[in-house]
Amino acid sequence: MAKTIGLSGDQAAAYAAKQCDVDVVAAYPITPQTIIVEEYSNYVADGEVDSEFICVESEHSAMSACIGASLTGARVFTATASQGLALMHEMLYVASGLRCPIVMCVANRALSAPLNIHCDHSDMMGSRDCGWIQVFAENAQEVYDWIIQSFRFAEDEDVLLPAAVNLDGFTLSHALEDLVVLEDAEVRDFVGVRKPKYWLTPGKPITVGAAVLPDYYMEIKYQQEDALQRSIMKIREVNELFEKASGRRYKAVDTYGLEGAEAAVVCLGSTAGTAKVVSDTLREKGCNVGVVKPWIYRPFPVEEFLDSVKNVKSLAVLERTISFGAPNGPLFNDVLATLYKAGRQVKVFNAVYGLGGRDISPHEMETLMMDAYENIEAEEFDKKVKFIGVRG
Amino acid sequence: MSVLKGWREIPIGGLILEGRTAREYKTGDWRVFKPVIDKEKCIGCLICWIYCPEPAILRVEPKVEVDYDYCKGCGICAQECPVKAISMVEE
Repeated sequence: MAKTIGLSGDQAAAYAAKQCDVDVVAAYPITPQTIIVEEYSNYVADGEVDSEFICVESEHSAMSACIGASLTGARVFTATASQGLALMHEMLYVASGLRCPIVMCVANRALSAPLNIHCDHSDMMGSRDCGWIQVFAENAQEVYDWIIQSFRFAEDEDVLLPAAVNLDGFTLSHALEDLVVLEDAEVRDFVGVRKPKYWLTPGKPITVGAAVLPDYYMEIKYQQEDALQRSIMKIREVNELFEKASGRRYKAVDTYGLEGAEAAVVCLGSTAGTAKVVSDTLREKGCNVGVVKPWIYRPFPVEEFLDSVKNVKSLAVLERTISFGAPNGPLFNDVLATLYKAGRQVKVFNAVYGLGGRDISPHEMETLMMDAYENIEAEEFDKKVKFIGVRG
Repeated sequence: MSVLKGWREIPIGGLILEGRTAREYKTGDWRVFKPVIDKEKCIGCLICWIYCPEPAILRVEPKVEVDYDYCKGCGICAQECPVKAISMVEE
């Protein structure tokens, strides 16, 4: 029986991990993720979970311990943010390169300097190419639901890759929301018991992490890229199974208000909530501007993305990070490459917003969405990257 | 050299799924110079056998021989030989 409870995004993450029967959690506290590991260590202390909680001295060690645990065949969970993710950077590549299924929550936070504890996506985008499956959640419900689904696809024999579930720092991590949770038994049935293909065990020795020279390195990296690209098929399957278990339907790309819309805004995470509200307001005024929110950012869901924008002539791509010195931000580049390769002529502009936790107001969102709307018919349009709300 | 396998034919993640496979990986072809032992000069002291990092100096009574399958040609044996019985010869 499903029940509704009030949890913050961080608590929802810990609650999901608790229900997924995790064997090992190795983590180091960092704002705004701290509540996740705090909650989880409470579960351990109170005997509510049968997990080994490894207290480590840094995030680099946390990810190292997670990799070791995953290689023994354990189900592994961790969480981090910002500087913590940056410190893990080296080990993120080891986790994916050694094909270790690990589920990690990233409570997105700006990177120093200047020091800032509030939300933007610089942390995950800084490690964008680390070979992990990357999911962005819009609210606490999605955090909960995607963690459960992530264990299922990350540990699948055809995938065997780590997965990061991103939730916007403070906006989601610390805000209480109502969410519908499944019973413990329902979640355990859904995720099952991890059945590793290979694992470290004294009785049957294997070598992990051996040096690979130019003669085989590219083959192994290609295997990894192939597995990540193909994981989208497993993610689709898991989404269908999760709908049967929970009644909630997820896809690689979430869409809203696209009926009759020739313009849309593309964004990740909680910002889509604001965009959806503004989309409704604009529709009442007779301007149809939809919202396209990739739930899955890596692998970039090319098929679903193209399908979602098939009737769209103009897009605003919102970016919560700066790719310093690049012509545009990372999400824009993915969108543009996807459209270009499909031969689509769409007017696209890029806007950077919300760095270091700055709010994007409904008014600012409306301006952006109206810019996209007006570009539908425009002969020419402004291609400069907009920096929303930056004072001159 | 063995025939190189394609990406579908090898274990994922660079894993090696059985033990004791190092012996199949012959490092002799890394070598540029090879150590050649002058059996007349060699006194059988085994200094080279102790110093060889591979180990690619084999004890073959009464003295020693080089295992050219694995010798990478580092030259430590020639450097350490007290009677200069080992010379490094270009391959």
